[in-house]
Formats: sequence, C-alpha cells, structure tokens
Amino acid sequence: MEEMVNVYFFGKKYSVPASLTIMTAMEYAGYTLKRGCGCRHGFCGACATIYRIKGKNELKTCLACQTQVEESMYVASIPFFPTDKRTYEIEDIRPDQRVMMELYPEIYSCIGCNACTKACTQDLNVMQYIAYAQRGEFEKCAEESFDCVGCGCCSVRCPAGISHPMVGLLARRLTGKYIAPQAEHLNRRVEEIHSGQYDRLIEQIMEKPIEEMQELYNHREIEK
Amino acid sequence: MFTTEMLESVKKVEATRAARMGTEPERMSAEEKDALLKQYHPDYREEGFDRIQVGPNAGQKAPRELTALLHSNSRLLHRNLDLTKIDYDVDVLVIGGGGAGASAAIEAKAAGADVMIVTKLRIGDANTMMAEGGIQAADKENDSPVQHYLDAFGGGHFAARPELLRRLVMEAPDAIQWLNGLGVMFDKDESGRMVTTHGGGTSRKRMHACKDYTGAEIMRTLRDEVLNRKIPVAEFTSAVELLKDEKGQVAGAVLLNMETDDYLVARAKTVIIATGGAGRLHYQNFPTSNHYGATADGLVLGYRAGVPLLYQDTIQYHPTGVAYPSQIFGALVTEKVRSLGAMLVNREGEAFMHPLETRDVAAAAIIRECTQRGMGVTTPLGSGVWLDTPMIELMGGEGTIEKRIPAMLRMYLNYDIDMRRQPILVYPTLHYQNGGLEIGGDGFTKTVPNLLVAGEAVGGIHGRNRLMGNSLLDIIVFGRNAGKMAAARAKETVLGRPGLDHITEYARQLQAAGVETEGVSPLLLPDYARHER
Repeated sequence: MEEMVNVYFFGKKYSVPASLTIMTAMEYAGYTLKRGCGCRHGFCGACATIYRIKGKNELKTCLACQTQVEESMYVASIPFFPTDKRTYEIEDIRPDQRVMMELYPEIYSCIGCNACTKACTQDLNVMQYIAYAQRGEFEKCAEESFDCVGCGCCSVRCPAGISHPMVGLLARRLTGKYIAPQAEHLNRRVEEIHSGQYDRLIEQIMEKPIEEMQELYNHREIEK
Repeated sequence: MFTTEMLESVKKVEATRAARMGTEPERMSAEEKDALLKQYHPDYREEGFDRIQVGPNAGQKAPRELTALLHSNSRLLHRNLDLTKIDYDVDVLVIGGGGAGASAAIEAKAAGADVMIVTKLRIGDANTMMAEGGIQAADKENDSPVQHYLDAFGGGHFAARPELLRRLVMEAPDAIQWLNGLGVMFDKDESGRMVTTHGGGTSRKRMHACKDYTGAEIMRTLRDEVLNRKIPVAEFTSAVELLKDEKGQVAGAVLLNMETDDYLVARAKTVIIATGGAGRLHYQNFPTSNHYGATADGLVLGYRAGVPLLYQDTIQYHPTGVAYPSQIFGALVTEKVRSLGAMLVNREGEAFMHPLETRDVAAAAIIRECTQRGMGVTTPLGSGVWLDTPMIELMGGEGTIEKRIPAMLRMYLNYDIDMRRQPILVYPTLHYQNGGLEIGGDGFTKTVPNLLVAGEAVGGIHGRNRLMGNSLLDIIVFGRNAGKMAAARAKETVLGRPGLDHITEYARQLQAAGVETEGVSPLLLPDYARHER
C-alpha cells in the first residue's frame, strides 16, 4: 500500500499519496486546475503557494509543482497577485540610478525585514538584489536576481509594497542592453547578411539535390 | 534518495569515469543511425498512429491522440452564437502568449497595427519559458548561415522546406541582435563575445545561452516588452474556433473565457496562430517536458478551417527527461548538460554512445539500452540511463554546474540529489512537435487567406527532427515575420461577414467518412483530475 498523508486544500481535508507534489496532489483530489498551474516544471512561477503545517507557526511559500506534500499541510494557492509593473521605453532609459528612483521609488522604503528573501521559492537573496538596485548597481542586481521565476511570493510578504520581480527584470534588461559589452562578431554578421553577402551561397545550397546534401552532411567537418 | 540498486550502479559509473574522461565515444554512421531509428524510435511504432479520415491530410497517419481530436467536432456545432455582437475588433489577432505570439505582437504593434493577444493561461505560460539550453545563430567567424542550413537540413533528415529553413538561418543573427537590444542577457565573455557551445548535431559551436534559463530570460523580456507597449492581452481566454468570412478569408476567432465559460467574438483582419505544441496529449503514454497548455489547439483550429498539416507524424522525444525522482518525472534535463561534457552511461558504467548525436538518435539509443540490451537502471516508473554530470565539474572546474546550469542543480537539490557529485537518471520525454500547420515562405497559410502560423504550431521549418536551439530561434524569427506580415496585410484587407460555416461542413465530412465521435476539440486543458466515481 502506498503511503498516504492528509493535506488540506483551502481548509478541506484530503488523503493523498505522500509521493505527490502539491500540484499533482490537488489533481489527485479531483481539482481541474486553471489558475495556479503553468509550466509544471519550476520555470514560470504560476503556482505560487502558501502553506502552514498544522501546529507550527511558520508560514511558508513554495511552487506547488516543485514541492512534495507533507502530513497536515494547510495549502492555499495564489491565483493572481497584482504585481505593480511600471512601463517604460527601453530605448529611452539609461542605466543610471535615477531610473530606479523614477520607476520603482518604493524600493527606498525597504525596512530591511528580509521577508522577501525568506519567501523566495528559488532561494535567491532578494533583499540583497533590491539593495543593489537602490545603489544603481544594476549588473549585480541582474546577476543576483537572474534565476527569478516571478512567482511573486516576495511581493506578497513585503511591508513596503515592492514588486521585486519587476525591479530585477528592469535591472536585467538594462544590463543586457546597455551594460554588457556589445558582441562585435554578431553585429558584423548581421551587416554581412543585410548587405547580401550570403544570398548567392544560400540559394546554391537550397538548390542542391538531396544526394549531394547527404554527402555534404555526412562528411562535414565538426568543430572540436 | 537513490535506491540500493542505483547506488550499486553509481559505483560502476564512478569506476569508469577517469578512463572515459580521456576518450570521445565514436559517432554513428548514417546507416547505423537509420537502422537504430527504425527499430527504436517511437515514430516508427505503428500502434501509436491512426489514419486521418477527413480534411486535407485524409489518408495520412498522425499520432492516435491527435487523430482523435481531428475526428472530434467543434464545441460550437449546433450552438447558435450571435456573431454580430463583437467583443474585440482588431487588425491583428494573435492566438497564443508564448515566444512566437509575443514576438509577433511586438512587431505588429511596431508596424502600426491594432493588435491583441489571447491566451488560455497567462502570457508566458508556454514552452518558450521552459527552453533551457540555448538558441542557435551562425555569428562566429568560422561559421555561416550556409553551415547552419546544412546542419539543420541534415539533422531534420533532409525534409525541411528550403524556403522556411532559409529564413530561419538567414535571420538568426538578426534575431539575437533584436533580443539583445531588448535587454536579453546572453552569456558573454568580458569582451562581449558570445559564449557558444555545441548542441547535438551542430558542426559549429553556435549555441547562445542565458545560463540554463535561456527561454525564461527571453520570454520574461518579451512579456515585459508586450506590457511596455500596452498591447492588450486577454488571459485565461482560449480561441475555440476560427471565423471565416464569405470570401473564405479568416475573420477572427470565437473565444472562450476559461473561468466563466462565456463565449466572446474577436473580429480581426489577420490572425496569427501561435499556439505551440502538443506534449500534454502524451503520445504513446510518454511523460512530457511541455507546459500545461500544450494540447495542439492551433492544429485543430487550423485544420478544421482547411489548412493542411505537414509532418504531423514526427514527434521529438528529448533524450534526457528526468527518469528519477518520480516527482519530476519527464521534466527536461537540458541538452546543455551534454554540451558541457556529461556522457550517457549505462548500468554497467559504459558510455554507450556519443553524447552529442541528434535528439532522435540519442532517444532511440537510450530506449534500446533500456529495452533490448537490458542495460538500463530500474526506477519506480520504468528505467533510465545515467547522465554522468560530475564530469562537468572535473572538466570545466568546480562551480561550472552552478554557473552554467543553475536551474538543473536547483531542480535536483530539491530532492536531495547533488548532480555535482552524483550522476542523474534520464529517459526520453515527449518534447516537441516537429510537424504542424503548413505555411509558405512568407508565413501565411496557403489555403486560408490572411491566416498566419508561427512557432511550434508550424510544420516544415525543421523537417522530421529538430536540432537543439533551433526552436527558440524559430519562434523569434517566424514570430517577428508573422507580426510584420500580418500588420501589412491588415491594411489592405476588407472583411466580410464573420461566420462558422466551415465547422458545419467539417462535421458533414466526418459523418460522410463514417467517423462517429462524441468528443469535442480543441482539448484546451489535459484531463488530469482524478475522480473516484
């Protein structure tokens, strides 16, 4: 017999196999998920979930698809969180400290409680990347926040009302576009293609008979 | 976490590691590959397929689960919807909120069109978000779009449509430049040179990456840009049928609010199907690496409206899905793990193949190892082979895994498996639909005027197998192209009266072919809920 545990979805008790994740346990219990379910593999952040083990004080946050059920787990999924994304023209902004002050001034109201970091389902040092953003150190903020899946658990817990994933995202876009050095070989190749340098060569290979293509393919040199 | 049998086998993997490190397993010849595929690749298992009875591909085979959906009726049949009450009226309607749909919407808007996105889950809930390994583009000095063409054409068994593959490789560097310009953080060295690696079947190192969050980094940037440009996105709103006017032009779509079950009408001068793949149909009972909504909806909508399918019988099984632990069964283990040096090793510690053969060949070889050769490791849900990940740290130096594939490390650490010290167990998982709706080189379907398709829903870009890194590329290249084309076409289009006559006609054809069905399609969401009674 499979080992079973009791879990409570939105306060209602179900007996489910202990090997399941919170997500598959909900389906086992009969739920057809619409909200709170996206990629199912820990990349999209759709399944942000809050839970508490009966009798324990601590409130935990997790991704339902990446977390195994436990005995006496009280579970509530977060169907939607009103994240506050500010809009901007990526071409018009620059990676200076002012841009954060203008778009996300609330980051300067951070009280240093570290609830965001404790809530992070990816174990990121969220408060640290917000500190980098405050100081205009966008590259560090980008690196520290890189693995963010945008589940929003940090924002749910923040007393200052910060939308942390949006701050990290802005820092990453600034870094990718303005701070990281340009790839010269890429820009050169784009120009070569636009100038028509490969037009004839590509026409030629497109017209080759299959036998010749097989020959070329099977004997092509492979870079070590 | 490992069982005793697994731990015994790990010792054998460790024992052969040092000797294996200095060698490169031989690559298979073309003949060996052909024979292997015919015997072990799931595409060759006849019982996994049925013949399509109606429509443009009648008489051809397709996976059973897809055929069943094509043999089902519209949920709008016999339902007298008032199509004159228009809820949304736009130039360009994009169906699907993944990478292709978002790229299309951004370009359509930039071209001055009134564009909207409808998506049955949230924008970004898509296979794009989960693509880990990378995106190809021939932008290094020793490489060229022609070399990229050859790799992709051969890897796809010489079946790609040349006019589509040409666009893919020629516009690849431009796609990377566009993404970089939007702020996507590609892996670069201090001078700005892209850090590129091999993928299975590439002859040059042209795999660009953003750690192993490549798709996620691209998708969250595109989503942010869609929102910055104030493009309307109707989330939790699926398209359940295309609309066509009396001239046969596409005229929009009927939508379904997934939460209230209310129908809505979207009128549009051009429509882009960007609905992605079909992994959640679980062909041949395979697990899948795909997102929750990958149910081939666009294929069904397009087919019912008269668009032929191409290569609908070829499916990509990613060789390295998670075989253990069960909680993440079928999840993707990025090919980049092999690009970085990890070998595929059997129960006895032998490297049974070159780790960088194309995906179809690698998947078939793993299936052979676990079946006919009996060299797989038993798992609670079947069997698997080892992917010897500690090799990465030995070859690339300590910390390589954390720096280059942090998502993989995190996924396994959740279950107390440290892939830096222990190998991991893998088995093929349903990953990608090689086939899809047929389009011309301009992105339009050839049968329904003003209807375009982009991304995984397209058939023919890759042929009968796809190389790693060419899918993230195709969603950007064909998504952008579709957006530009749709915006231009919308300017010269005069719409007639939107109607649904084609679904009545399709139902008649099903009846005439003697197909009896009670099913409705598209499926929209997989049926995972368990009900005791």
